[in-house]
Amino acid sequence: MSMGLLRLLRGNKATAPVARERLQILLAHERGLRGQPDLLGVLREEILAVVSRHVTLDPTKVIVRLDRGDEVSTLEVDIEVPNDFERNKRAAVG
Amino acid sequence: MAKVLVVTSGKGGVGKTTTTAALGAALAQRGEKVVVVDFDVGLRNLDLVMGAERRVVFDLINVVQGVAKLPQALIKDKRLENLWLLPASQTRDKDALTEEGVGKVIDDLRSRFDWVICDSPAGIERGASMAMRFADEAVIVTNPEVSSVRDSDRIIGMLDSKTVRAEKGERVEKHILITRYDPSRAARGEMLTIEDILEILATPLLGIIPESQDVLRASNVGTPVTLSNAEGAPARAYIDAARRLCGDTVPMQVPTERKGFMDRLLRRRAA
Repeated sequence: MSMGLLRLLRGNKATAPVARERLQILLAHERGLRGQPDLLGVLREEILAVVSRHVTLDPTKVIVRLDRGDEVSTLEVDIEVPNDFERNKRAAVG
Repeated sequence: MAKVLVVTSGKGGVGKTTTTAALGAALAQRGEKVVVVDFDVGLRNLDLVMGAERRVVFDLINVVQGVAKLPQALIKDKRLENLWLLPASQTRDKDALTEEGVGKVIDDLRSRFDWVICDSPAGIERGASMAMRFADEAVIVTNPEVSSVRDSDRIIGMLDSKTVRAEKGERVEKHILITRYDPSRAARGEMLTIEDILEILATPLLGIIPESQDVLRASNVGTPVTLSNAEGAPARAYIDAARRLCGDTVPMQVPTERKGFMDRLLRRRAA
């Protein structure tokens, strides 16, 4: 209480609790990644392999992104498909 | 049975070399036979902190590559009978540290000493991974500061996965050593507390080294802080930490400077 009062009088806030909280959130996240060192890399490769069986793709146009939230995380897969792929496919079949 | 202890941290400038010298000297003062090994190839400094910089002839890389025999490269401390230094190379590349070569040197050191203390370079690259590779125990030097705590967490992850012991399914015994601690700033909420750090890192505490001018003074003159001012707060903290490494039960406390009347008076005036 007296500490709080002192702080109030001096007008500065304790920053250590902020440090502690930021570290706890960050390290929980980083430790989660540590077990699977390159989860995104593996996902990207496998998604690319599956889609490539049906569509000719530029491998650099496949973007896989993972956003971790508090409750749920989102896996975002962004694949750019060339417009002429239907034509190429017909040509290949025909 | 010899013990290989790595002093590591991830982050630079937190006090690994100071700690290596101080713990090495404190253990040697207890009668243990100790070698301190500098793994910071290209940026060696343990020789300087130990006051042996002008006596370096051969180094760790020379021994790894078979250019010199181990006894030729070991430098005996001038103050303590039981303390030796194996310096790092100042000119070579850290890639010269092969796992096989380092393993052989460590085995040889194990047969000659009670403690082999490896001073790790900062970072997580080859020098750091070689320093921890053969360790039985680790001292993770941490400052009460966010970047240091984060890097310590990363290093703990490496100790649990990239060491020979980890790969055999055994454990490297890990200890946190908090350095540059200022109890008054922690009490004011300006600095992470000991409890915060230990809870976040979930690793037992070896000791708390208070922020002190003694540490800089000791390195200025090339003497481990436990020898330069044995009564000072950091020296007492390191001596306690060395006792804990040997298995003694020592109550944990933050040693404070013993201030005289004049010190207090001057400090009050200044504040």
